Formats: sequence, structure tokens, C-alpha cells
Amino acid sequence: MSSYDLNQAPLRDLNRALHALRADTNETHWTITGPDGRHAIAVGLDAPISVEIEGNVGYYCAGMNKLASVVINGNAGVGVAENMMSGFVHVRGDVSQSAGATAHGGLLVVDGNAGARCGISMKGIDIVVKGSIGHMSAFMAQAGTLTVLGDAGEALGDSLYEARLYVRGSVKSLGADCIEKEMRDEHREQLYAKLQAAGLAGEVNPSEFRRYGSARRLYHFNVDNAGAY
Amino acid sequence: MCGIVGLYLKNSKLEPQLGSLLSKMLATMTDRGPDSAGFAVYGSDSHGVKLTLRGPGQAALRKAISGVEEALALTFEKTERDTHTVISVPAEGEERIRAWLKDEAPSVDVVSAGRRMEIYKEVGLPAAVAERFDLAGMTGTHGIGHTRMATESAVTTNGAHPFSTGIDECLVHNGSLSNHNDMRRRLEREGLTFATKNDTEVAAGYLSWRMREGASLQQALESSLSDLDGFFTFVVGTETGFAVVRDPIACKPAVMAETDDYVAFGSEYRALVGLPGIASARVFEPEPAKVYAWERH
Repeated sequence: MSSYDLNQAPLRDLNRALHALRADTNETHWTITGPDGRHAIAVGLDAPISVEIEGNVGYYCAGMNKLASVVINGNAGVGVAENMMSGFVHVRGDVSQSAGATAHGGLLVVDGNAGARCGISMKGIDIVVKGSIGHMSAFMAQAGTLTVLGDAGEALGDSLYEARLYVRGSVKSLGADCIEKEMRDEHREQLYAKLQAAGLAGEVNPSEFRRYGSARRLYHFNVDNAGAY
Repeated sequence: MCGIVGLYLKNSKLEPQLGSLLSKMLATMTDRGPDSAGFAVYGSDSHGVKLTLRGPGQAALRKAISGVEEALALTFEKTERDTHTVISVPAEGEERIRAWLKDEAPSVDVVSAGRRMEIYKEVGLPAAVAERFDLAGMTGTHGIGHTRMATESAVTTNGAHPFSTGIDECLVHNGSLSNHNDMRRRLEREGLTFATKNDTEVAAGYLSWRMREGASLQQALESSLSDLDGFFTFVVGTETGFAVVRDPIACKPAVMAETDDYVAFGSEYRALVGLPGIASARVFEPEPAKVYAWERH
């Protein structure tokens, strides 16, 4: 097990050391202390390792993650797990805005609340938020799932493409072209699988969720709107 | 960009350390605003009004102050700090002092007036600005600081925050307002005066006007959400109060921490890591369009 104290050694050296790891590395478990809100901790990982961060992190933590598991024992700032490709990021506290932004894959689990724009432009990531999410979440989301055990803020799923949004609590308002859709067995199955991946199997009933998705009215330019431009 | 910090103490335990804690917070936000910095500190009570004066240098300030003293046949208690001097004056003399300075010493500005508040601001790196005024040595109940990254207007001391438009009232702002010209005209009709063309000064004036009309700090900020247009995170101080509000879109970052001893604000969590007991503090992101206000009695 490797330990790294960010109050003792530079963040850049840590990221460099993590980037140098080969896929078959034996240094598979890293503990990082003293994050103190620093930005871009453990970004760009590309090896099947696990990284535990003890404390609150700043912006873009675990961004561009591939293969690695990153656990943050604290809160995360803007853009946690942004552009993640695969792997697993678990935040035990709250996250700020744009969590999981543009991410193509992997699983992001947030134990607390997420701020605004959670899953903005998501492209395949699965996000599970145990608390509530802020406004404009899943804005222009293209693929993947966003599961929220709490409530969603204003304009959920604005200009949505194809992502599936599952919300257990209330939704303050839906964004343009986002509608509630029927929750069929296939959706309950998918939701169950995502909850299971987040360690919530049996604790949360998929039937309590509502599903939201794209009405697909914004896919093509409507010539009747030509006069509006 | 710009950075904001604020520290509001709930009891007297940390009062001797207010300045040293705030100066560290301010320095951490240099990355967000390296051009100028300013801060307001709510320190010891004065019998009348404390005026913070800013001049081109100590010689000019001394000359202006002795001129006022002579003209008004008074002697003030003075504290000199680099380009600023705080004088304690009788409340009823404030208007005459302001008028005399305006006519006789136009290079000297009145930065703030308050029973307890003092405001200091200068161009330069935040750590250097804090050191010039010995922020670390200041004590008090609460303080607010700002580090500016100039985007729209020149790097000048007049463009530096905090702005004050009322006794013991100050405001720092991250963002920009789009209806400040119209609002300034409306407030001028209500009798307010503005020293700059700055949007933030208008926001400060708006709150002063609301509170003058009887609103509490909380109420004044709640109405600002519908009357001020643009994007903003405001941190506001009054003689006994401290408040935070973000615009409904939450354009600008904000993190808060609360313990039994204090409420702290930072544009980023990094600014808060040096605070005592931060590891066990309740750290949260203030929600958009929600006023958070504290009052100490």
C-alpha cells in the first residue's frame, strides 16, 4: 500500500507517479492524505488501482478516470469524475456542480447531495446520488443513467438526448424537451442493476422511482421555427 | 474570476485571531485574484464614528487630517496603516469632515465609516496587501475579504472591494451585474451617492437603501434576488451581522463551513483549510437564490 501526504509532497509528483503505473502494477492501493481542497487530485488515472482520499478535494478530482476506483472520504468540488471513461468514483460527502460532466462511462456514486448541473452532457456514465441534485442536471445528456434518491432541482434534463433519469423524490421542474416516461419492467431492471452497483440492492425499491427522458422533439430542425432565428 | 473570503465569529474565543485567520484565507485566494485585494474588519467599538481614510501616502494623509483638526478645532484618535489612516470622530462631525476633505484634500478618500468597521484596499498581491496593513495583527468579530482579477475595468484601488455605502455596511461581490446603471439612477433619486461607476457599489447601495427603509439584512438580500440582474455571489457584513447569497443560476463558486465558534465563507474550500476545527466543521455549498444570514447579539 502506498501512502501520499499532499501537505508533504507536491500534487504534481503524485499525479505523475499514478500516471506511471502499468496495468499489471503491484502498487494497487493508494491512500492520499491532506487533500485540503486542492484541484485535480488523481486525474487521468489509467490502471486498475484503488485510490482513497482522506478529506475534502477541490475541482476535477478523478477527472478523465479510466479503470481506477477512487474513493473520496469527504466533499468534492466542481467537476468530480468529469469525463470519466470507466472505473468507479465514490464520494462519501457532497459534491459541487458539474459532477460527472461529459463522462463516457464508469460509475459515480455520491452519498450526499450534488450541486447544479450534475451529469451535464453525460455520454454514458452511470451516476447514483443518494441525496438530491441541483438545477439544470443532465443538461444535454446523451447517454447513461442518472439515479437520484432525493429530489431534483429546476430544469431537469433540459435539451436531453438519450440518457435515462430516475428520480425517487420530487422534481422542481423539467427542462425543455424532457418528459416523464412510463416505468416498465426493463427500466426497473436497469435501475435495480444500477442501485446494486452502488451497493443499494435491497435497500431501495426501484418501484418508488419515476423515469424521465427525451421527448425527442429537438432532434431535428423544425422548419416552422425558421422565423425565430 | 475573483475570490471572496469571510469569517464570522459566533463567540469571543477566536476574536484575537480574526485578522491572522482572515489574512491566511485571503492569501490562499491569490490564484483567483492577484490584481488587488481588500478587506473589512469589524473591530473595537468607537465612541463616535471611525472613518477609514485613504491617501496617496502618509504625508498627504497627515497633512489632510491635521487640516481637518484645525478647521474643526478637534483632535482625533488616529491609527496609521500604510496608505490608510483610521480616525475616530464625533458622529455629528462626520458630514463636516467629509465636506472639508472633499474641498481641501481631494486626494484623500473616505473608504468607510462605521462604529466598528474599517476597510482597507490596495493594488497588489493579496498577501502583500494584507501585510502592508498588518491584517494579521487585527482583532474583531468578523471580517470579509476580496481578491480581484480585473476583467472589465482597470486595476485601481477604487475598483477594489469591499464597497461600503452605509455605516458599518460592506459588501464583496464575485460576478457582474447587468442592470447597475438603471439601479444607480433609481438609488440616486432616493438620495444615495456613489463614488464610482462600479456595479458592486450599486449592489452595496441597494442593500443600504433597503435597510434604511426598514428591511433586515436577510430581507434586503431576498429582495436583491429579484431587483438585481446579473450573476453574483455576495458576502455582506453589518455591525452585528453576516450574510451570503448567490444568484439563482449559481454562476460563481461558494463553499461554507460552520462550527460552534464560527461561520466561514470561501470561493473555494482551499481558503478554509487553515481554520481551527475545520476537519469536523459542517462544510456545505450554499444553495442558489437562498439567503444565509447570521446575527450576533
